[in-house]
Amino acid sequence: MTTKTLKDLPVEESLTSGTMLCAGCGGLLLVRIFEKVLGQNAVTVNAAGCMSMLSVFPNTPFKSSWFYVAMASAPAAAQGIRDALDILIKKGRVKKEDDLKVVVITGDGAASDIGLQATSGAMHRRLDFYYLVYDNEGYSNTGFQASSASPFSSATKTTIPSALAPEGNLLDKKDLFEIWTAHKPPYVATISPAYIADMMRKIEKASQFAGPKLFIAHSPCPPGWDVDSDAVIRLSKLAVETGIWPLKEAVNGEVTHSVIQKKRKPVEEYLKLQGRFEHLFEPARQDKVLQTIQNKIDAYWARVEK
Amino acid sequence: MKQLLTGNASVATAVRLCAVDYIPAFPITPQTEIIELLSRWINEDRMDAKLVMMDSEHSMITAAGAASLAGVRTFTATSSQGLLYGFEMLYNLAGWRVPVVMANVSRGVSSPITMEPDHNDVLSARDSGFLQIHAETCQEVLDSVIMAYLISEDSLVRLPTIVNLDGFYLSYTREPVEVPEREEVASILPQYIPTSGYMNAQNPVSVAVAVLDGRAYSYFKYQMHLASLNALDVHEKASKKFEKAFGRKYDIVDGFMLDDADYVIVMTNSLTTTARAAIKEMRNEGRKVGLVRIRLLRPFPRQKIGQMLAGKKGVAVLDQNISIGSGGILYPEVLGALYHRSDRPNKIISFIGGLGGKHIGISDFKHIMSVTEQSVKEDQQPLQSILLFTDSDWSKVKQMLKVAGKGEVEG
Repeated sequence: MTTKTLKDLPVEESLTSGTMLCAGCGGLLLVRIFEKVLGQNAVTVNAAGCMSMLSVFPNTPFKSSWFYVAMASAPAAAQGIRDALDILIKKGRVKKEDDLKVVVITGDGAASDIGLQATSGAMHRRLDFYYLVYDNEGYSNTGFQASSASPFSSATKTTIPSALAPEGNLLDKKDLFEIWTAHKPPYVATISPAYIADMMRKIEKASQFAGPKLFIAHSPCPPGWDVDSDAVIRLSKLAVETGIWPLKEAVNGEVTHSVIQKKRKPVEEYLKLQGRFEHLFEPARQDKVLQTIQNKIDAYWARVEK
Repeated sequence: MKQLLTGNASVATAVRLCAVDYIPAFPITPQTEIIELLSRWINEDRMDAKLVMMDSEHSMITAAGAASLAGVRTFTATSSQGLLYGFEMLYNLAGWRVPVVMANVSRGVSSPITMEPDHNDVLSARDSGFLQIHAETCQEVLDSVIMAYLISEDSLVRLPTIVNLDGFYLSYTREPVEVPEREEVASILPQYIPTSGYMNAQNPVSVAVAVLDGRAYSYFKYQMHLASLNALDVHEKASKKFEKAFGRKYDIVDGFMLDDADYVIVMTNSLTTTARAAIKEMRNEGRKVGLVRIRLLRPFPRQKIGQMLAGKKGVAVLDQNISIGSGGILYPEVLGALYHRSDRPNKIISFIGGLGGKHIGISDFKHIMSVTEQSVKEDQQPLQSILLFTDSDWSKVKQMLKVAGKGEVEG
């Protein structure tokens, strides 16, 4: 496996500028790099979410094909396109060189909640496709309500900290990586906009496999997470350095971590920069909650390092 | 060649004859025999197509639309709950302007859950943009699937079509069906070549993008509506082509003993066959009665229905469906076809029957016509749909209520 550096990033953009997405969108940065690396012979299949606002009639920032489907069934649409192209190539109605990579891009709500079944089906059928989840840990496009990917103790519009629930979100983040990996697809990885070389290496590795190739991307959301636009990369870096966002991959179900910190920073450093965790520090520190979050991270890494 | 085929086998046979490339599938009674047959024929190499078992009807309809968009001839099938489960995608496929053909094997809708037919399932899709052809016989089922591709793939239409057949009454009933040769079908329906919208590396397209401007949104919806209305003429064109090839002719609306009829029943689907027998009997008794069967439900043949019912004394609209809180679904549509005419019938009465496959026999049709005649004579217009339910139906239900522990129920 070659070691990728930023210099290896293709110069040509597949996704051009001038969209109506929020300044500093972590998800958009990921999508841009992802599309750049995959190249233009691709069709992006999208489920309802922030990225649906990329192509708005009569404009599109994509040089390649774009297909908005519905919230629950982007992987099913990918199935239809993949099968159709295979049939057309087999029957000689489309040339092999005009084949397309089929790329599903959805948010965490479509991936972890409403579209989980369709993704499970696509993985089970060994569908040859890429799936990129920009995980901004909530329903950002509708104003940031809790999704099953929202982390414990985060504030969202539906988990506003109160006297009854001072910690905010009472539920843990659903472990989509484990759910996906349990299907034993050839390739699953987590990625981060602060680790582009890691991401490029993973996309390259994934592209060797036929079948489902799935990516979950840490995607800071400035309005939802209540952070400044210029904090996105810093936050993503801290997420990895504190260990709350492990960078890992699973090849045919075998998990390895691609970045392991010698010494993890305390998770507080990541949390305290974000408005969605402000209630853990102000007006009074919620030490117990902070300790719970830290313990969960420590327990995770204790299992990894065992 | 004539074969004894069930309605389901008639659908599957037509799909094979149409050289369909792709079939995403999900089982549901009473449709399942269709996908079982297709799957078997593909496995036996009698058909060069791919069938994929999907994870739900929502995924199934999505995959069908996406594949059609990528340029293959696509078929799928469902019933009842399945249609409702995939409902969101019906509007999407119509908006994608893909010529998918889908068989709906009609079955009542839960709750209570049931197996036998009525048309609440398929009529729920009436506003989606799918064209709808409702068949009376197994022969018409086979022929309609072929015609559906002719119409859907026409550049003036480019909308998906539902071919509806009644569960049990057609799906599992064998009738003699004339089965054309593959080459004969190919002569009127050549290989599908998409002309726009399809995607491959030579042809980057953005499909189904968000339209956040009401003017552009209206433009796209109006286009779909006008394309659907085009199907009135395109059906005629397809019908002529079909008749020339196979000698069988289908009109968008089908009249029976209509010319000198004073009283006419309007209905759809397989129960029409029983109604024809009832009409014949009533004719023998000297009653001037006739029948109109609506075959094309979408686009709705308003003008044709108006012409066929103009000048009649009384019209009974029999809905095998129920819009809870309103009544029969087709009734207001038939009214809308007639209201503007000065020669409209004196009385147009709404009847509901056959829900969940409840038997409607010749005596029921006679009752419907008698009520209609009476209504004209007495100048009485019932303001609500008349719910068909016989004394024998009621005594049977009372018996079941008793078994269910509800005690004796007052009639």
